[in-house]
Amino acid sequence: MTPLLDIDCLSAGYGAVQALSDVSLQVMSGEIVTLIGANGAGKSSLLMSICGDPKPRAGRIRLTGEDITGAPTHAIMRRGVAQSPEGRRIFPRMTVRENLLMGAEALTREDPAAQLEQVFTLFPRLKERLAQRGGTLSGGEQQMLAIGRALMSKPRLLLLDEPSLGLAPLVAKLIFGAIRRLNAETGLTVLLVEQNAFQALRLAHRGYVLVNGRITMEGSGAALLARPEIREAYLGGHG
Amino acid sequence: MTQASDDRSGESRGGLNRPPLPIPRALRDAAIAAAIAFGLFAVMVGLRTEVSPTGALVLRQRWAEVAMLCGIVFAGRLALTLWLGRRALRPTTAPGPWAVRLQQAGRFFAPALLAAALVLPIVSGGDRYLLDLGILVLTYVMLGWGLNIVVGLAGLLDLGYVAFYGIGAYSYALLSTHFGLSFWIGLPLAGIMAAFWGVLLGFPVLRLRGDYLAIVTLAFGEIIRVVLNNWVSLTGGPNGVSGIPRPSFFGLPFSMSGEPDTFAGFFGLEPSPSHRVIFLYYLILGLALLTNWVTIRLRRQPLGRAWEALREDEIACRALGINVTVTKLSAFALGAMFGGFAGAFFATRQAFVSPESFTFIESAIILAIVVLGGLGSQVGVAVAALVMIGGFELFRDLGEYRMLVFGGVMVVIMILRPRGLVGTRTPSVALGEKRAIGGDLVGEGRG
Repeated sequence: MTPLLDIDCLSAGYGAVQALSDVSLQVMSGEIVTLIGANGAGKSSLLMSICGDPKPRAGRIRLTGEDITGAPTHAIMRRGVAQSPEGRRIFPRMTVRENLLMGAEALTREDPAAQLEQVFTLFPRLKERLAQRGGTLSGGEQQMLAIGRALMSKPRLLLLDEPSLGLAPLVAKLIFGAIRRLNAETGLTVLLVEQNAFQALRLAHRGYVLVNGRITMEGSGAALLARPEIREAYLGGHG
Repeated sequence: MTQASDDRSGESRGGLNRPPLPIPRALRDAAIAAAIAFGLFAVMVGLRTEVSPTGALVLRQRWAEVAMLCGIVFAGRLALTLWLGRRALRPTTAPGPWAVRLQQAGRFFAPALLAAALVLPIVSGGDRYLLDLGILVLTYVMLGWGLNIVVGLAGLLDLGYVAFYGIGAYSYALLSTHFGLSFWIGLPLAGIMAAFWGVLLGFPVLRLRGDYLAIVTLAFGEIIRVVLNNWVSLTGGPNGVSGIPRPSFFGLPFSMSGEPDTFAGFFGLEPSPSHRVIFLYYLILGLALLTNWVTIRLRRQPLGRAWEALREDEIACRALGINVTVTKLSAFALGAMFGGFAGAFFATRQAFVSPESFTFIESAIILAIVVLGGLGSQVGVAVAALVMIGGFELFRDLGEYRMLVFGGVMVVIMILRPRGLVGTRTPSVALGEKRAIGGDLVGEGRG
């Protein structure tokens, strides 16, 4: 079976800085795959590279077998990739409704009503806040909005960059719960980048560990959680 | 959010919530302000060079005026600190009373303004001065609305907008004098030409934002002016292009002869020079309203929303699959096109164009109109143009103090309404109740 996302020996960077070297990673359809690693390991660079910015220097990126290496960002997003970027990046002066519509308009010509409903069942809170400006939402609500906005384009592959960033543990749990539900109910494929390694590995089917731009370990979420070196490096070493 | 962080943010929000200043400290504060004012006024007002009857330069000293101005600053500063200090302001998320009042007034204000603009030529009874002023104001309203697409909606700071105004003016001037094209054919061509140059400017600045973009656009405006000034064989250089044909009323010229193939003759009217002025007035009103209509329509469509999203956050736009290149270029092109239309109108109205009309100060005035009006607000821009251009005329009697009043008004507006006259953004889609939240509470998107 062809993986939904197949990254083969990818290298990428910014100017003189090599952010990723020889990264190979597969995401099968219906999977939640997580990418964990320390600050500056290249996690976000990998997600951005999948979206074509920065463009890969070497290697191939394929989406269900189709080569998308070096394609412009908007063309990649049009093939069913959606990203909820790091730091949420919602549009602060636009209303929640406008934010959500922005997610649909660029990519589909369909009526966004059905997608809106799906987002509201996942995050009922957003429905209450429809007319409110994005910038006035709480951090958790903004994260819901960022994920909801990404879902509006009916993606095949959802890229989530640090969805728990700056959220209270309870709210982070709520967001992780929503991701799990989304995957279980609609079969959406998710590639999740997280610093909160414990939560991410518990949620994911499989995980990769990124150190200095290279993949050093991979395995099922449970297996990685059990590895002592993972516990040592990313989980605070206790237990 | 925890209670503690709530409290902190509450305190930082209510920046005006400081305790009232005791009188001695207020006095000291006012004295400092007066000292700063003295430093400024001593050279600007106090010392004045004049040409004596013998032709030599003499220095006249005007310390009485300086003392008076410093006294005004002292008293004003004192009143301000005492007044602001006394007022207890509580932080709130609701729009301020000003914003609400403006919003309520806005519902009637825009139609009222439009009605006033429509009946002005009739009410004025053909008063040439008033109509000319009206045409001038409307030209700036149109330029403001055009620039509003680029700066207000798409968030691309353009300091060289006058270049497109100039390109439009010269396009029409050259097309009509060399090829005898009529205004109605020259107008769209001038718009297309300006849009073309808008795209041409857009390409190299695609990756730039903020200050860097401002510098490049500023340079672009200067390049166009310098080219117009030096390409003598095409543009006539500093002498400009003269003898640009006046617009006709759909083929009927405005002429004093009263022949049947002139405007007055065809409609059986007494020939009058005010016919042309009234026609020009309605022409620029129509063009401005076209700009407004297109902008309002586009704001409700994906392209317009993409412009606004681009202003808020470019990276998020990319993540949503918006083609940033097309979005930026379309904003540049459309803004430039309306600038070009206004330029063609300017050329036909003046019957003469020269590079002098397209200096940086024009760009600055148009940008000031957009910023004072409230970025992205159509009514705000119209009011700001009326205040800036019309108000400037009103203070003509003040002579040399006119610039002082002008600057003062701008400072006062920016202090009282830092987001422009109309700072709240109206959502482009709404369902059910519109829950308004003051625009001043929402952070501006910066990329």
